Amino acid sequence: MALPKYTETQYRIWHYFYLFICTCVFIFLIAPLFVIFPLSFNAEEFLVFSDGMKRLDPDAFSLRWYHDMIYGTKNPWGLAAKNSFIIAIFATLGSVLLGTVAALGLSSRHMPYKALIMAILISPMIVPLIISGVAIFFFIAKVGLAGTHLGIILSHIILGTPFVVITVTATLSGFDHSVTRAASSLGSDPVNTFMKITLPLILPGVISGGLFAFVTSFDEVVVVLFLAGLENTTIPIQMWTGLREQLSPTILAVATCLIVLSVLILVTAELLRRRSERIRGIAR
Amino acid sequence: MSSETQKILTTDGIPLEESLKKAEKKNKIKAFLLVAPLLLYLLITYIFPIGDMFLRSIDDKMVTTMLPKTFKAMEKWDGKELPEEEVFEAFYLDYRILVKEKSFGKLATQLNYEKNGFKSILKKLARKQKKFEEGNYKEQIMKVHKRWANVEYWRAIKRRAPEYTYSKYLKGVDMYENEEGKIVQVEESRRVHKKLWLRTLEIAFFVTLLCFLMAYPIAHLLATLPMKYSNLLMICVLLPFWTSLLVRTASWMILLQQQGIVNDFFVWIGLVADDNRPEMMYNKTGTYVAMTQILLPFMVLPLYSVMKTISPSLMRAGKSLGGTPFVAFWKVYFPLTIPGIGAGCLLVFILAIGYYITPALVGGASGTLISNQIAFHMKSTLDWSFASAMGLMLLVGVLAIYWVYNKLVGIDNIKLG
Repeated sequence: MALPKYTETQYRIWHYFYLFICTCVFIFLIAPLFVIFPLSFNAEEFLVFSDGMKRLDPDAFSLRWYHDMIYGTKNPWGLAAKNSFIIAIFATLGSVLLGTVAALGLSSRHMPYKALIMAILISPMIVPLIISGVAIFFFIAKVGLAGTHLGIILSHIILGTPFVVITVTATLSGFDHSVTRAASSLGSDPVNTFMKITLPLILPGVISGGLFAFVTSFDEVVVVLFLAGLENTTIPIQMWTGLREQLSPTILAVATCLIVLSVLILVTAELLRRRSERIRGIAR
Repeated sequence: MSSETQKILTTDGIPLEESLKKAEKKNKIKAFLLVAPLLLYLLITYIFPIGDMFLRSIDDKMVTTMLPKTFKAMEKWDGKELPEEEVFEAFYLDYRILVKEKSFGKLATQLNYEKNGFKSILKKLARKQKKFEEGNYKEQIMKVHKRWANVEYWRAIKRRAPEYTYSKYLKGVDMYENEEGKIVQVEESRRVHKKLWLRTLEIAFFVTLLCFLMAYPIAHLLATLPMKYSNLLMICVLLPFWTSLLVRTASWMILLQQQGIVNDFFVWIGLVADDNRPEMMYNKTGTYVAMTQILLPFMVLPLYSVMKTISPSLMRAGKSLGGTPFVAFWKVYFPLTIPGIGAGCLLVFILAIGYYITPALVGGASGTLISNQIAFHMKSTLDWSFASAMGLMLLVGVLAIYWVYNKLVGIDNIKLG
């Protein structure tokens, strides 16, 4: 981004102003996440940087909130984490299964009414969550699954499938169908062709769709708020209650763990995206 | 071609055309069968329940089924003067059953929505009706309370006769049907919903605008920087994108609190006095700041993916043809980014208009949106039919936005990441 030597002063000033604006926006985007990190190691109970922390005094830092998160008396985080993972894993499996199969059908050029069906399949993503929440609640309550894990899993499958459908159809758009035809002509049955040829090629898309579905379920509050009873509380629900009632440093410890988790997911997603682009041969 | 021309046959002796058609049909069915499981699943668990929301929002059967005989007797009543004895008798018979089943409280609540003052007279009637003698119910009921002799109350009951109603939708825009059947606004002091709709639109609009103003420069920077720097900066966009919504909201709650870092900073640079720190949370400011940061990646990503495809030589060409950098930008670069702008704005606006969690946590009373009202009726007042009506009004709004967008930009022009 170095400016050419002949740049006039006014454009030079303008350019530095532009860089300054960009810096501010980047700080605005990322800084909030880094506030949580040091405060979760605060030795005191207040959610402000203590004088000791500003002096980097080792005594001002402690792991007590992490200790509290894991061993604290009647703390809900253990149960919430267990529930969150169970629900997210099963919801992801369901979304990936239904979504991938549907994407295979959708990318066939023989598919009738493609636009309409695509609109229905991705509708849970484009309809505001609160409306989806109300509708799903009515269904789950009607079939008597309110307050059960199964009910929450079923509703998260609804919210997760659009991501899988979109990522897998995107991967399939660059898919060379002659390879599956070649396999068939060599005597492979459709299931075998799918497992040996198609699946490995679209796997990056499937996994990144799965990641989206996992994050959607893991971070979902609105539907769970309508559906969950006390025994199927999840991490977002606990954070929601905590933030509404009293912002305690334990929440920050949990939040830090979640940020670490999202870094892991980000890295995985990024690696997958690059791999997928390489396979589809569109890497730049 | 003459009809005698021999049709091309496959080896089985079937005309090729037919054979191909058959294969085509088979492929169609195959493709459809693959989509069918998800389609069915979504229809049952999602699309039909949205239809169910509609039925619920217009459903008014509760009163209809509670007073079947009354409404039957009322069919002949013109509503001008007090109804005849048979209506009173039918009402007495219906009400006796409700009292026996102990469900008359529900009726009282429902009728009280229609006209204030029903609750007490129904309660009184429930006590007194036990001693009623047979015959001449009109007089006996009217003796319980003088309001029973007021024709207004009987008209109010009659208004609840239809099984369906659009009153919940009227309530959603602060209107109601008055006694003469005219649609009028509620009193000034009770007009809450219209204000809420306007505020939702206002916040969604300004959040979209703020996101656009902030996202455009950084998307441009990301698209023009060499790969190794832009990848690093991209993390700043993607990390918040993948981080839990509640974590981001929590961090804003810490930053914006009165003793928080933003206020500390303002005091430090001398913008505000230490003893006069502004309230930046639990009001509109909190909602604006937090929502803008949370939705910013949704604007950056589509913009970035469009800008990435614009060749830098176009700008150079514009400049070499005598345009100043500003002219070159405005005439060449900017028009090419419109699909990205459209996609980003649509995405952010639609997400913002249905936002619930963040406004509920940092918005306080003045920064909450229509979704908060829907959730409130779902969880607290349990007026599910009203929540459904409001939800559907929001949904229609969102679909209208998609429609307009499709007309203006074309939905196929959307590029997402």
